[in-house]
Amino acid sequence: MIYLDNAATTCPKPPEVVSAVAAAMATFGNSGRGAHAKALTAARTIYETRVAVAKLFGCPRPDHVAFTPNSTMALNIAISGLLRPGDHVISTDLEHNSVLRPLYRLQAEGVAADMLPADHRGQIDLGDLERLLRPETRAVVCTHASNVTGDLVDIRRVGSFCRAHGLLFVLDASQTAGTFPIQMEQDQVDVVCFTGHKSLLGPQGTGGLCIREGIEIRPLAVGGTGVQSFSERQPAAYPTRLEAGTLNSHGLAGLHAALAFLDRVGTQTIRAHETALARRFYEAVRQLPGVTIYGDFSTEVRAPIVTLNIREEDPAVVADALSERFGIAVRPGAHCAPRLHRCLGTQERGAVRFSWSWANTEMETDAAAEAVRILTEEGC
Amino acid sequence: MRTRQERFLVTFPSTTAAMAMEGICRAGDVPGRLIPVPRAITAGCGLCWSAPLEERQRIEDLLIRERLDVDGLYTMWL
Repeated sequence: MIYLDNAATTCPKPPEVVSAVAAAMATFGNSGRGAHAKALTAARTIYETRVAVAKLFGCPRPDHVAFTPNSTMALNIAISGLLRPGDHVISTDLEHNSVLRPLYRLQAEGVAADMLPADHRGQIDLGDLERLLRPETRAVVCTHASNVTGDLVDIRRVGSFCRAHGLLFVLDASQTAGTFPIQMEQDQVDVVCFTGHKSLLGPQGTGGLCIREGIEIRPLAVGGTGVQSFSERQPAAYPTRLEAGTLNSHGLAGLHAALAFLDRVGTQTIRAHETALARRFYEAVRQLPGVTIYGDFSTEVRAPIVTLNIREEDPAVVADALSERFGIAVRPGAHCAPRLHRCLGTQERGAVRFSWSWANTEMETDAAAEAVRILTEEGC
Repeated sequence: MRTRQERFLVTFPSTTAAMAMEGICRAGDVPGRLIPVPRAITAGCGLCWSAPLEERQRIEDLLIRERLDVDGLYTMWL
């Protein structure tokens, strides 16, 4: 199979990630639940993972890296834990439901939200931020890259807007963590929400938030922490504050190995490889008759995603044909980004998304482009 | 039965802080190890750093220099 659904989850993971998870399952106790060797082994690995994540995102304090099962949970914690009724928040039409649904729920509870509009090409204008600003605006929540088009948002510009107006900046780095640079200080990001299983190349069930010092986030879940057992309140100190319950230490061992892999191979090297493959595919299919591609390809700086439709074909049928006839795995449908699909005019059928990662090759990419060519000629 | 010794103990607000302490002590070749917090300090579970009493000053200097998050400092016969 040719796997081009890496924006959903990267596959395969580097071999050292697989072996790190297996080794952890054979050797780890429960971090923070005892001082015996197995509990400490788990705790040390988790701590080293915090240090590595903090280094990756330029988070000054490793104890301000809190782990969650995924970025959806991280975003729920950040959004629900920072905003209160009466607050106003700005987000964008590019967002995934992991941002939109927490915001919609808060809207019902008295938080006002405005979305930076995308045009029919899926482009937003950051100049609109000023227009949406209100005295009660508390935060901007936005994605670093659209999971539909791969278009990047200029986060440094958003960060500087937020800093200039005293707003919190919550970044959804689901599609970019590990391959695109994110530096909390320089980019002026207050909270980075990330998932471990996409471009970080780690296991599913890992993710988290990096929180700037001084930002107070109310916990979403409270419970066992291994410390202060007789207190009726969740401990106030990060990361315990946001980490009720047993952590996924097995998965985090894999994430630790993945971060070491990224460090060894180099995030720039991986990004250049993925970008080149996505561009190669784009160039091969862009002029095929009946192919519509979404997003801005005038820049090389974009996530390795090419999303398209073929004539009026149902994307589900296209994806099935790619899978059954050519052994190519892609994702059809709405990609959990309903607002952007409305902007693109694809709300009725969605689109077919091809996405690359470190393990893909030129040969696979060319085979995918050839499959699309055949489908445009023969139909599905 | 083992011989009891007077130890210098450092407690922390989180497991993460305890891990940071262990890493810094190991890097600086400061003796000690993580143990369960004795009940005389708190019955609330968690980890604390247990070091020979003569290391007290060196550890206190380290805590200040490295800005480690600490709940409390104790001496105790263990």
